[in-house]
Amino acid sequence: MSTAAVTANRGLFKGFNLRQKTILLISCLSVLLLAIVVSSTFIDDNALSTDFRSKNLAPSLEHPFGTDWMGRDMFIRTLGGLGLSIVIGALASSISTVMSVILGLLSSIGKIEDSIVSWLVDLFLSIPHLLLIILISIGLGGGATGVIIAVALSHWTSLTRVVRAEIKQIKTQDYIHISRNFGRSRWWIAKNHILPHLVPQFVLGTIVMFPHAILHEASVTFLGFGLSPHQPAIGIILSESMKYLSAGYWWLAFFPGLSLLIVILAFDMIGENMGKILDPKRAHE
Amino acid sequence: MTDTSQKSDEEKERSEALLKVKDISLSFIQYASGLRQTELKVISNLSMEAYSGEILAVVGSSGSGKSLLAHAILGILPSNAKLSGTMEYNGHDLSQKKKEELRGKEIVLIPQSTTYLDPLMRISSQVIGNVEEKNKDSRKKLQREIFQKYDLKPEVEKMFPHELSGGMIRRVLVSTAVMNSSKIVIADEPTPGLDEKNLNETLSYFKDMASKGYAVILITHDIEAALKISDKIAIFYAGTILEIANTDDFSGEGEKLRHQYTKALWNALPQNKFRAIKGHQPMQDEVLDGCFFYERCTTRGEVCSKCVPELKLFNGGMVRCNNVS
Amino acid sequence: MNYRKLSIFMGKKALKLVFLLIVVCIASFWIVEQSPIDPVRAYIGEMSIQPEQKAKLEEYWGVNTPAHEKFLNWAENLLKGDLGTSLIYRMPVTDVVKERFAASLVLMASSWLLSGVLGFVLGIIAGMKNGTLIDKAIKVYCYILLAAPTFWLALIFLLIFAVNLGWFPVGLSVPIGVASEDVTFFDRIHHLILPTVTLSLLGVASIAMFTREKLIEVMESDYVLFAKARGEKGSTLVKRHGIRNVALPAITLQFLGFSELFGGAVLVEQVFSYPGIGQAAVAAGLRSDVPLLLAIVIVSAVFVYSGNLIADMIYEFVDPRIKQQEMRT
Repeated sequence: MSTAAVTANRGLFKGFNLRQKTILLISCLSVLLLAIVVSSTFIDDNALSTDFRSKNLAPSLEHPFGTDWMGRDMFIRTLGGLGLSIVIGALASSISTVMSVILGLLSSIGKIEDSIVSWLVDLFLSIPHLLLIILISIGLGGGATGVIIAVALSHWTSLTRVVRAEIKQIKTQDYIHISRNFGRSRWWIAKNHILPHLVPQFVLGTIVMFPHAILHEASVTFLGFGLSPHQPAIGIILSESMKYLSAGYWWLAFFPGLSLLIVILAFDMIGENMGKILDPKRAHE
Repeated sequence: MTDTSQKSDEEKERSEALLKVKDISLSFIQYASGLRQTELKVISNLSMEAYSGEILAVVGSSGSGKSLLAHAILGILPSNAKLSGTMEYNGHDLSQKKKEELRGKEIVLIPQSTTYLDPLMRISSQVIGNVEEKNKDSRKKLQREIFQKYDLKPEVEKMFPHELSGGMIRRVLVSTAVMNSSKIVIADEPTPGLDEKNLNETLSYFKDMASKGYAVILITHDIEAALKISDKIAIFYAGTILEIANTDDFSGEGEKLRHQYTKALWNALPQNKFRAIKGHQPMQDEVLDGCFFYERCTTRGEVCSKCVPELKLFNGGMVRCNNVS
Repeated sequence: MNYRKLSIFMGKKALKLVFLLIVVCIASFWIVEQSPIDPVRAYIGEMSIQPEQKAKLEEYWGVNTPAHEKFLNWAENLLKGDLGTSLIYRMPVTDVVKERFAASLVLMASSWLLSGVLGFVLGIIAGMKNGTLIDKAIKVYCYILLAAPTFWLALIFLLIFAVNLGWFPVGLSVPIGVASEDVTFFDRIHHLILPTVTLSLLGVASIAMFTREKLIEVMESDYVLFAKARGEKGSTLVKRHGIRNVALPAITLQFLGFSELFGGAVLVEQVFSYPGIGQAAVAAGLRSDVPLLLAIVIVSAVFVYSGNLIADMIYEFVDPRIKQQEMRT
């Protein structure tokens, strides 16, 4: 009978164990995403000025993603769009998380509150996500605020369900009963005993929500309900590119979409690996 | 670890053990919180032998890894398990390949609960098992006969596992073992939660199997049940076997028993002194250098804390203790 | 006895649906009413018009009618089965929805089936070969598909198969009002292939990942361990116990995916100019065709609800385990 820390010495990073590899991966991806956001804020207006001498250029070393019909560099436009998408995604998922926390805790108070919350969840899930976002976005008159709120209002359901289930499980623990017998109020118990246990769920929940939020923002913007055509959003870039598809300007659609895909993948992988650290049972795969 | 038979002529004829388990150890690689990797040792240096026509009971407390011993013999351990040591079947090395060949045919398992039956498959298909089309009819006939013998009504065949009572499940599981002309039956906890009548009935099935020449390995936490039918009792403790005693040794105040722990178990029974032993088994992730029983032993010496005692022959049984000689 | 249970079940579900639809109607009407967008402006775009014309259009749109009055009018007509007149198509909303939804159903049903079958097969293969190269390849494929924006995939498919290879027409639109005799069956199929394939890709990924996880879980279960102990192995083991236990949850999940399917259809129809309900929803939304938009919201809610209902029914009436528990209590 012995306990030994065994390091797995396989694969690319010899000498690192799985834990270190996972943390390394998460850090690298986070740095990549952060770099996109930071560099997008530094984009010079001159870089995006119209230059009809160099319009509709195919990808080259000078313009890795090519240029559009106004001669703007597609790489810089894409970078700006990604930065915007990440910021909007962050805002929307943070709002969503706060909503899930509040509603999840609300459901822990009592039976009536619980059924109200689950009814709300059912109501919001009764219409297709995309249609709901379109509807709310119209109600708010579109624009960045409209999209952020619309996306936030349509993504809290799944995390609320998780929080609700988790709370139900925590509530069966003995110390909650003892606390109640000591005459603590329900809110006091929710705040001091239940909330701290849920923090990992919130962190993970927000990260997992991120890619969905970004994808939905891009989708509604693409359809014309989100950000205005003057903003450098990926959805706008792609919807513009549709006009030039038959002309064969494939790079207008290909690179911006691929970059978005990579950003989404990066978020997915961060979420997946964070999950492994928080729940080691899944690491065996 | 030689054979232990110095008894009647009848037993001498079968003096060669059908299954020999020699010095096996089993550990798991696990990820703990934050992805730290640990190795969990669940079986250490375990040896035992099973003879045709005999019932060997492996007795140990619940959750101590006894089931894994059965899985190790059948070669159905999970992929993160590490098994060392050797096994012999009928005089030949029992390799993983050989296990895969023999399992379900010559070596069969009777699992412990209804979760071992496919919840979405009808009972008869499960008992018959996966067979070629041409053998289906004969297997079906055999299954009917067996069901009749075990008092299972024909309508049970068409039922799903959850529709059966605990006693019926037990008989269905036993039926699966006699569908083939097997030689070794490993029964994993076959008696939990059974009332007196069902318990005796289930035990009688095993007695019956042994009398037909099967080698029966009965894995249980219930020493009383084991004593009712077994020929030998192996005491499983902290991943190894502390003593292999003959059933007759359990008498009086346990004077004939070799290990302190076995004596304690015997005396803890209600009909004896009803006195529990202090302390608990070491945890699976504890690092132990000496005798596994060191912490609870009243006659421990200095040497006991330093090295693990060997399993040695003593008074017609086996024991793992420094104090006997 | 089972019929009684079924009718009680359906009765409850019907009541729930009615209640849900009432709430959805009120809520979506209220949301749309809040919109600061000038519907007339949205309809005519940048065009400049005379004030008299604008006043006429405003009357047509009902801009100056109070909200509650509008709602009562609309609700009253709704109860009579009249969904109003579509402002942009200038025909009864019921007709627009019927025609568009029928087209979308063909698209959604075919990609639903395709993604279900393909996803299940891929999931079973990946789960069986857990940890091998094939498994990893399928997993990577699924991860990428899940991360890919649906409309971008549609654009790329359009680029490759319509623009470069020329296998399919670029403008797939069959404008509303074209006599159906003019459109041959082959034309329809031809127009359907690319949208169907695109729409099914998303579904493939989620069902494959689910099937894979579920199969691995089943293969680690006690009953599979026992089947192994009895000498079963390889593909027979997967067939006898794996698929049997994975199929039902996978089918249930596929029915629960109606919401995603509808959302995907909106995007795919937009890119391929497929004349379905999704495209109509986008047009109605962009040009403030409130009656049509509300009707589509209602239809989509019923659509999603029916998917959930079927999933519930599988759970309640098909799974033998559930049946039994009910009978015992």
